Amino acid sequence: MENKQIIDINNLVKRFPIGDGYFTALQGITLRFVAGEFAGLVGPSGSGKTTLLNLIGSLDSPSEGSVVVLGHEVSRLSHRESAALRNYHIGFIFQTYNLLPVFSVYDNVEFPLLLQKRDAVGRRKAVMEALDWVGLSHKAQSRPAQLSGGECQRVSIARAMVKRPELVLADEPSANLDAKNSHHIIQTMKRLNRELGTTFLFATHDEKVMGYLDRIISLDDGRVARDERPLCVNEAQSDSTAEENGHARRQARI
Amino acid sequence: MIHFLLKGVLHDRHRSLLPLIVITLGVALTVLGHAWVNGVLGESFVMSAHFSTGHLKAMTRAYAEEQDQMPIDLALIGVKEIMDELAGIGEVDWAPRIRFGGLIDFPDESGSTRSQGPATGFAVDLLTPGSKEIDRFNLTSSILSGHIPTREEEALITYDFAEKFHIQPGDRFTFFGSTMEGSMAFGNFIVAGTVRFGAEALDHGAILIDLTAGQRMLGMPDAAGEILGFFNNNRYDQKEAQAIADSFNARRSGSTDEFAPLMVTMRDQEGMAQLFDYTHIISAILITAFVLAMSVVLWNTGLIGGLRRYGEFGVRLALGEEKSHIYRTLIYEALLIGLIGSVIGTVVGLALALYLQVVGLDMGDAMRASTMMMPSVIRTQVTATDFWIGFIPGLFSMTLGNALSGLGIYKRSTAHLFKELEA
Repeated sequence: MENKQIIDINNLVKRFPIGDGYFTALQGITLRFVAGEFAGLVGPSGSGKTTLLNLIGSLDSPSEGSVVVLGHEVSRLSHRESAALRNYHIGFIFQTYNLLPVFSVYDNVEFPLLLQKRDAVGRRKAVMEALDWVGLSHKAQSRPAQLSGGECQRVSIARAMVKRPELVLADEPSANLDAKNSHHIIQTMKRLNRELGTTFLFATHDEKVMGYLDRIISLDDGRVARDERPLCVNEAQSDSTAEENGHARRQARI
Repeated sequence: MIHFLLKGVLHDRHRSLLPLIVITLGVALTVLGHAWVNGVLGESFVMSAHFSTGHLKAMTRAYAEEQDQMPIDLALIGVKEIMDELAGIGEVDWAPRIRFGGLIDFPDESGSTRSQGPATGFAVDLLTPGSKEIDRFNLTSSILSGHIPTREEEALITYDFAEKFHIQPGDRFTFFGSTMEGSMAFGNFIVAGTVRFGAEALDHGAILIDLTAGQRMLGMPDAAGEILGFFNNNRYDQKEAQAIADSFNARRSGSTDEFAPLMVTMRDQEGMAQLFDYTHIISAILITAFVLAMSVVLWNTGLIGGLRRYGEFGVRLALGEEKSHIYRTLIYEALLIGLIGSVIGTVVGLALALYLQVVGLDMGDAMRASTMMMPSVIRTQVTATDFWIGFIPGLFSMTLGNALSGLGIYKRSTAHLFKELEA
């Protein structure tokens, strides 16, 4: 695994205006991620997971402190530079998939490449390769409405991965899926993490996902409560090991 | 990317089909409404000009004071001389006419009075070859039975009159009135045919005879109540009309003779100035209101269409699309749909307007009590404006609505838009 630093967060504070005052969603976060990590932000609702992902994804800017992603200080980026950072270097996976419903699977996966103005031949090759990764080549012409939840999320993964980003941000990717599909999705991402070296950062409170993570950052009330690397997680772990890890973690909490 | 956008527009009914239907209907209604207002108002002016005012009218000063009473005792004399003078003025066709009133008497088989009633009469040039009066009174289309008079002793009577007195072509009648000098006038006529002018004010009871017959009956040799002038292109031009009238009147400015000829424009007659002004104002208000109403509807369509897609914009932002690019694509889509809808709507609107221009809508029953010179068959009038006016609400408003709704992309923070897609 490379040691290239991909995310550098220092004393990050994020406040949202509420009425006359402010709600502080993140306070004093300092974190670093290196290339190839398969890490997760965990914690209860309102702990600041999604806010932190948005800041890392350059969808929002910090109130204080700094977020440096791939060498870019996000608060100093213009809209255009932010868009370019997301377009070329960051993939997003959403809880509700957020596929464009009027387009086919192929079109949805192709969209980020259109924004990059890649040529048609290159696009086709990349799209079919991405669909191969998630096992949906045969559904290229289907519409999202014709797919199951698990398949939609796999399309979402293909769309995030098609441009070969250095970083993928996944916000509760398994929240709408059953256990079997959740494992399938996470295993797919884990495989891509291993094979392509892509850094994955999750926001999740799904125990099943946690079982696969090689780094778990617990957020509580906008602060980092714990930052741990489960020892038993490794690149070669089996599905059952991951499930056992999740089970062990649940037991430990009890 | 264009292919991608087109695909989105075609596949998303909320983005294409529904706005397209609304735009098409809105634009078609705008075009039809505009043609309708033009038709109704325009036709009224054409009828007024042809039947009553002309584009210009020469009469004596005294006649002008009381022209609504059709005072033939104040008529112009020396018409031939005046006509010679007028012949050299502008691109105008001049037509002497006499409007008169009296009693009309229909005899029975023994020659006694069977029925009798008041009538308004027009004496116009029906017999001179090439006379345009037959066209101005639209006699060829208006005649319901019989034929256009071919002899001086023949007359046309209006259909309602004929119905009321059970008159057929070939029947005889006698007109009683007064001559120009004030003595009693009689005239025996044969009903050549019945007509329906399409203006209830005339169709109540009127007779139409040849000018020469009228002059003889009313003791008006070389005289006429009025001489009407019509621009050869049949379009009223106030500026030119005023110039002709001023030039004509200037030659008599030193005269104090109350029987000296006076020329007035269409606008200066019988309250036409107010009618002109009101008509223009009402026409402008109606058209503006209609265009505005349609604009608001289509603006709203664009606005809702844009707001509905904030979630989609959030995804596209997350995938790395620039705000300005999203905004531009929104405008392009609105322009495309607005353009297609405007073209289809204009074609549909024009088709309907042309149909109603040819066929018309018979409002005769509703206007039976009307005394205004208004057509009883309402027709639209297609003008050059109808080819583009629908594009104001169709293209401009739709695009404006989308443009305004799209501003939210800039006003909201990226993260906020992002949240809307999660909602």
